[in-house]
Amino acid sequence: MELPEPRGALSSDLIRALRDEDVVLTPPEPDDAEDLHLSLWTLYELHYRGFDEVDDAREWDPELLAIRARLEAQFEADLRAACSEIVELAAEQESVPDQLMAITAYDSGVSLPRFLQREANADQYLEFLMQRSLYHLKESDPQSWAIPRLDGPAKVALVELLYDEFGAGRPERLHSRLFAEALEASGLDPSYGAYIDRVPGYTLAVNNAMSLFGLHRRLTGASMGHLAAFEMTSSLPSRRLLQGAERLELADPVGRYFDEHVEADAVHEHIAARSICGSLVKAAPHLRPDVLLGAAACVHLDAVAAEQMVDAWTHGRSALLPERGREVA
Amino acid sequence: MNECQVTVIPDGPALVRGADRIRDDDGVAHEVDRPVVAVCLCGLTQRPPWCDATHKVATT
Repeated sequence: MELPEPRGALSSDLIRALRDEDVVLTPPEPDDAEDLHLSLWTLYELHYRGFDEVDDAREWDPELLAIRARLEAQFEADLRAACSEIVELAAEQESVPDQLMAITAYDSGVSLPRFLQREANADQYLEFLMQRSLYHLKESDPQSWAIPRLDGPAKVALVELLYDEFGAGRPERLHSRLFAEALEASGLDPSYGAYIDRVPGYTLAVNNAMSLFGLHRRLTGASMGHLAAFEMTSSLPSRRLLQGAERLELADPVGRYFDEHVEADAVHEHIAARSICGSLVKAAPHLRPDVLLGAAACVHLDAVAAEQMVDAWTHGRSALLPERGREVA
Repeated sequence: MNECQVTVIPDGPALVRGADRIRDDDGVAHEVDRPVVAVCLCGLTQRPPWCDATHKVATT
């Protein structure tokens, strides 16, 4: 993957420093949320697949890690503040699955799956796929960081869930591969990270939250809570997305991807809520607030992304960033 | 004979582990093609015998 186009003072300096190790980095504050989330996304990507132009050893460059830590502190503080109201929804429930259910019942008033099911045109649906490609092409990778940090029933349950996500022994069933096939059949670029320059900060934030929770052992509870909320809000919406793809007569692999998730996530939501999060909190009761925070973060960031996308489309705008010519390095 | 594990989720489906086929009330066998399957218990699913989370719409 190529390095992305910068979106502000910080990402501009950062990307220059990633290209050329001799650049001395005195990173400014991020200009805005776009600059922050692109910078954070770029730094996180060093831990996944990296960039063609960047030495793989930079994954552990102390200067880069220091910038990452600063951005993460800001992102985490903002996220905790934004999620406190949603976490409160769990206050009246006792069991972890019931608490997660209360959180995932949060309704922002805007439903992206319903819009795509009934109203979106084909271009808008493809914009949705392009935005989602950042995550779905590495589907479940961020959650797999939790495996060595768990033990006992929670570990067994996480691996059981991930085994299904990762194709259950069949490469052709890898969820990330099913999504790549959906992109390709739709005339889109199925290569990893292809649409990074078109994807707004609110969707980068969705991805960054998973990496934040995944890469920090202290946030393992949040990572698993996020996973549970993601799975619990997937089966019914996937059916809407399938119906939208059928209504718009999109290529078959698009429907096939969401069709797979109707049944898969009707299973996964119970594994995640009960066997992963329930077992985790039973073994380590102090992790309960983290689990709820992670679930609330999933719900909150998805709601923000849904509002932004549906708002753009209902006002006749694209939900993507404008295409720009790549700068000459 | 395989051993199957069945876990009934309160107000939800039955999670079945270890089965190769699930036979429904009409005697039709359905191939199991994932490690764990959720079998509908509420009768509302649109893709029997598998749960499709419709029970959540019914109860909310």
